[in-house]
Amino acid sequence: MIKHSLKWGALAMALALPFTAQAHKMWMVPSATNVSGNDPWVTVDAAVSNDLFYPDHMPVQLDRVVVTTPDGQTAKPDNALTGQYRSVFDVHLTQPGTYKIAAVNGGLFANYEVDGQKKRWRGDAAELAKAIPANAKNVEVSESINRVETFVTNGKPSDGALKPSGKGLELVPVTRFTDLASGEAATFQLLLDGKPASNLKVMAIAGETRYRNAPEEIDVTTDKDGKFSLTWPHAGMYWVNASTQDNKSSIKQAKQRRLSYAATLEVLPQ
Amino acid sequence: MRRLSLTLPAMLLAAPVAAADLNVTVQIPQLNVAEYHRPYTAVWVEREDHSVAAQLAVWYAQKESKEGAGTKWLPELRQWWRRGGRDLQMPVDGVSGATRPAGDQKLSFHEGKAPLTTLAPGKYELVVEAARETGGREVVRVPFTWPAAAPQQLAAQGSTELGAVKVDLAP
Repeated sequence: MIKHSLKWGALAMALALPFTAQAHKMWMVPSATNVSGNDPWVTVDAAVSNDLFYPDHMPVQLDRVVVTTPDGQTAKPDNALTGQYRSVFDVHLTQPGTYKIAAVNGGLFANYEVDGQKKRWRGDAAELAKAIPANAKNVEVSESINRVETFVTNGKPSDGALKPSGKGLELVPVTRFTDLASGEAATFQLLLDGKPASNLKVMAIAGETRYRNAPEEIDVTTDKDGKFSLTWPHAGMYWVNASTQDNKSSIKQAKQRRLSYAATLEVLPQ
Repeated sequence: MRRLSLTLPAMLLAAPVAAADLNVTVQIPQLNVAEYHRPYTAVWVEREDHSVAAQLAVWYAQKESKEGAGTKWLPELRQWWRRGGRDLQMPVDGVSGATRPAGDQKLSFHEGKAPLTTLAPGKYELVVEAARETGGREVVRVPFTWPAAAPQQLAAQGSTELGAVKVDLAP
């Protein structure tokens, strides 16, 4: 039990420190991004690992996973299970259009000292006041919002599920998320709290990292409108990631806010 | 001479009015494989910006099933699917049909008569895409200019899932 909570704590720390090179990557990979027919389903793997997309560290907590249907409503995943290294769930695509599958992790982190001893705490805003003792010194609170997404389209793509929430880092399409092909440029827009996130580094890494000797990251920077373009060198599943930090937390005790976004996008051959 | 110079412009003016023919031959190769399924195949006309000018044919498994007959696997025709296949509600009269066996599959289209609508004069590509269960996928493109001034035979050669694709244009 102790070991378990330490493990989750380590994940929390990893997700809270997006600038450390050692941070594990959280990802979801769908079995297909374009489906058709009378009764389409996809199955999704969700895990946290260093290598893409090999579940070898820990699973994504299923209670974080929200499916947004093309009509903008939310749905729960079907047939969900959590194993040692990954969570697995199905999405039944009963509506035509594009589905968004998201895992949003957020929370507060506090460092403080009591009687000269350093303490750490992790929780949500409602717990913050009573979690930190009145005699605590050097209290530092930070907030994190981490969003991990992937997209699946049944038939013709649609935008109903892709409206940004306006909270944290989010991605909106210029090129449709499920229309990507090798050798073609795709343009997306990164938003921070619903507004263009300009001059931010965006990194894309293709999956199957085990079978090559270098990560082969593609790095681009968002323009003044938060837009960026990626030209996919080959077909495959790509993990597209951006992170930043600021001091605009909605929690008044939190001085710093750490934000990250990652999407798994499929690029098909020409 | 005077007479000729009068009739030639008259003929040019008349050309777009007289509906032209587009004849296509798609060769589905005989493959020596342990497990063979006839390929899903799509034939369409693409404008220079890759938008679809005409959907000419799509052949897929017609067998009924809970998953929706062969429509579950139509996205395997990847280029066709994203270029406009997904906009169609299957079946499409005069366009969709059963998968075809190995051999030369001949198709004839007449401008202005479905499924070949009136094409604005310009540059196009006749595109054929084939995807086979437990097999591969291939796209073959034959560029052409419409309308043809004179009868014209064009062709391109597939290498794996498609053989020769021939396009005969008749003004």
